[in-house]
Amino acid sequence: MKTIFLNEKELLALLASWCETFDVYAPNDGKGEDAACSVIGWGKIASKEEFYGVLPDKIAKGVHKTSIKPFFFPQPETLVTFTSDNKPCAPLANTVGQKRLILGVRPCDARSVMLNAMPYRDDPYYQANQNKTVLVGVGCNEKAITCFCEKTGGSPLGTDGLDILITTLGTGFALEALTNQGDELLGSQGAALDEALLAEFTKRRESFAADAQKANSTPSLKGKDLMSLYQSKIWQDLSQSCINCGACTFLCPTCYCFDIQDEAIRKDKGSSNACACGTGGCACDAPSVRRIRYWDSCMFPLFTKHASGHNPRGTKEHRVRNRFMHKLKYFPDRFGALSCVGCGRCIRECPVNIDIREVMTTLLAVD
Amino acid sequence: MSNSYIPYSAIIDDITVETEDASLKTFKLVIENEEERMAWRHNPGQFAMISVPGKGESPIGIASSPTEAGSVLFTIFKIGSVTTALHEMEKGERVGLRGPMGNGFPVDTAFKGKNIVIIGGGYAFTTLRATIAYLLANRQDYGHITVIYGSRSPGMLLYRSELEQWAKRGDISMNVTVDRQAPGWEGLVGFVPTITEKVAPSPENAVAMVCGPPIMIKFTMPPLEKIGWKDEQMYFSLENRMKCGLGVCGHCTCGPLYVCKDGPVLTRTQLKGLPVEF
Repeated sequence: MKTIFLNEKELLALLASWCETFDVYAPNDGKGEDAACSVIGWGKIASKEEFYGVLPDKIAKGVHKTSIKPFFFPQPETLVTFTSDNKPCAPLANTVGQKRLILGVRPCDARSVMLNAMPYRDDPYYQANQNKTVLVGVGCNEKAITCFCEKTGGSPLGTDGLDILITTLGTGFALEALTNQGDELLGSQGAALDEALLAEFTKRRESFAADAQKANSTPSLKGKDLMSLYQSKIWQDLSQSCINCGACTFLCPTCYCFDIQDEAIRKDKGSSNACACGTGGCACDAPSVRRIRYWDSCMFPLFTKHASGHNPRGTKEHRVRNRFMHKLKYFPDRFGALSCVGCGRCIRECPVNIDIREVMTTLLAVD
Repeated sequence: MSNSYIPYSAIIDDITVETEDASLKTFKLVIENEEERMAWRHNPGQFAMISVPGKGESPIGIASSPTEAGSVLFTIFKIGSVTTALHEMEKGERVGLRGPMGNGFPVDTAFKGKNIVIIGGGYAFTTLRATIAYLLANRQDYGHITVIYGSRSPGMLLYRSELEQWAKRGDISMNVTVDRQAPGWEGLVGFVPTITEKVAPSPENAVAMVCGPPIMIKFTMPPLEKIGWKDEQMYFSLENRMKCGLGVCGHCTCGPLYVCKDGPVLTRTQLKGLPVEF
């Protein structure tokens, strides 16, 4: 895998060349609705001027307003359609369509794609979305006050989940190929890093990696018997102020729980009457029902409520405990890593200032 | 990659009203595609997702034994929008079927050669029916079989005619009880825990499956413990709200456990290690 050095002009030319093969998306915080992209906070890029605005040194520090979760986990996603006589049809619609390249992805968000792929390893929809997406990351030279990727096993120059990582370096940019696809995309552009730049680049990476290793709470959380804290009073204190709004779960790049519901397709409303398979050649050219999945939140009482009315997680204390235990105990036990990438969006947006960093500290401190 | 979200098309081949209040009906489903129908395999204790397009999906325990091939039975309580829609459907109509899901009872492994005790109350008897039918079809593989099954009233008992047939067989001990004496009832009277205490099934080389409302399970434990039953001999089946049935969507989690995939069948030893989120 190669690492190349480009100046601004060369980088702009390379980015523009990717538009020929990909739909290219980049953060467009505050630029309004983009009809071409249903993902809030991300827009499709077409012109050189737009590329200029999303160059690694131009985008705001910290994470963008929303994560890239919707590219992999669309809101909503059609799973199956049914004909009026209840016959299902559901080959994958999302395997077709243009390949996408997402530019300006922070290492924490890229890591979330890798983590979510673990529970979704047998999910044909998630896998198809992942297979048609290339992630080009931008390393963080500066952290926002809510950033804490190192605490969760990540790093501001982390490469997990990315195809290419761009880092501002000296008077230009270092582009690091991390996968074969990334390597191909860099083509024969630019020159290799010269000795001085390479030394600086290596030094920066090593120092970040050392910091990250020191700060990582994963080993201590895994070493602690968190199940013995299940009945602890700390959960009452931690959940006291929660209003179960679910903002944390919706903003969280690693919250992946979903609901499935059926929707009637109303022809008269001009809604798409395409079958889920999208081939146009199947038997159900006139579906009447679509089964969709969309994001759900374990913060909501209905999430666990039985048809009988019984609710196994009937109080907000139960629900807050479940969310943090899932991220810090249940998921790590199953998959090895915390289900948190330290992006800090939940901290930034929580209306009652619940801070997962404090939860981690409390869990590690209490006996 | 196979797509586990696509249901099989299944036709309602028969509907039996089980209880006097018609709140429980048994649906006999036949998978339309012959290849898929022949490929269907399940264990007693597993469940499946039944869907009525436009209404949604519900997880329902499989009431038939894998030995009753060609169709799959589901006894369904009318309570939510999917089950109400199902109750309004007629023979010959089409539904969706995804599954089988979950682990089921270890009838071919841990249960082999053992004396079997089956304790059920109310609607929870459906997967126990699947189990009994399986055990009887493979009778030589098991020791004594003891069934204790209770319901509120005679009219609320499921599978009445089969219960009678089983009672006539000499190779299974049937103890069917109702909560209160009722006109015309000649069987046992009393709650399941009381009858369990009287029957006192021996824990010697035995396993027990206990399925029913939480209150029944709670009071059935002491009489069993008193006569020496150990936690690892007792099996339960959990139910939680479910959506995907594949261990992803998060609805059914009970602490670290996905009831749909890691369960629903657990021993009491396993259950004691879990948070009470069911």
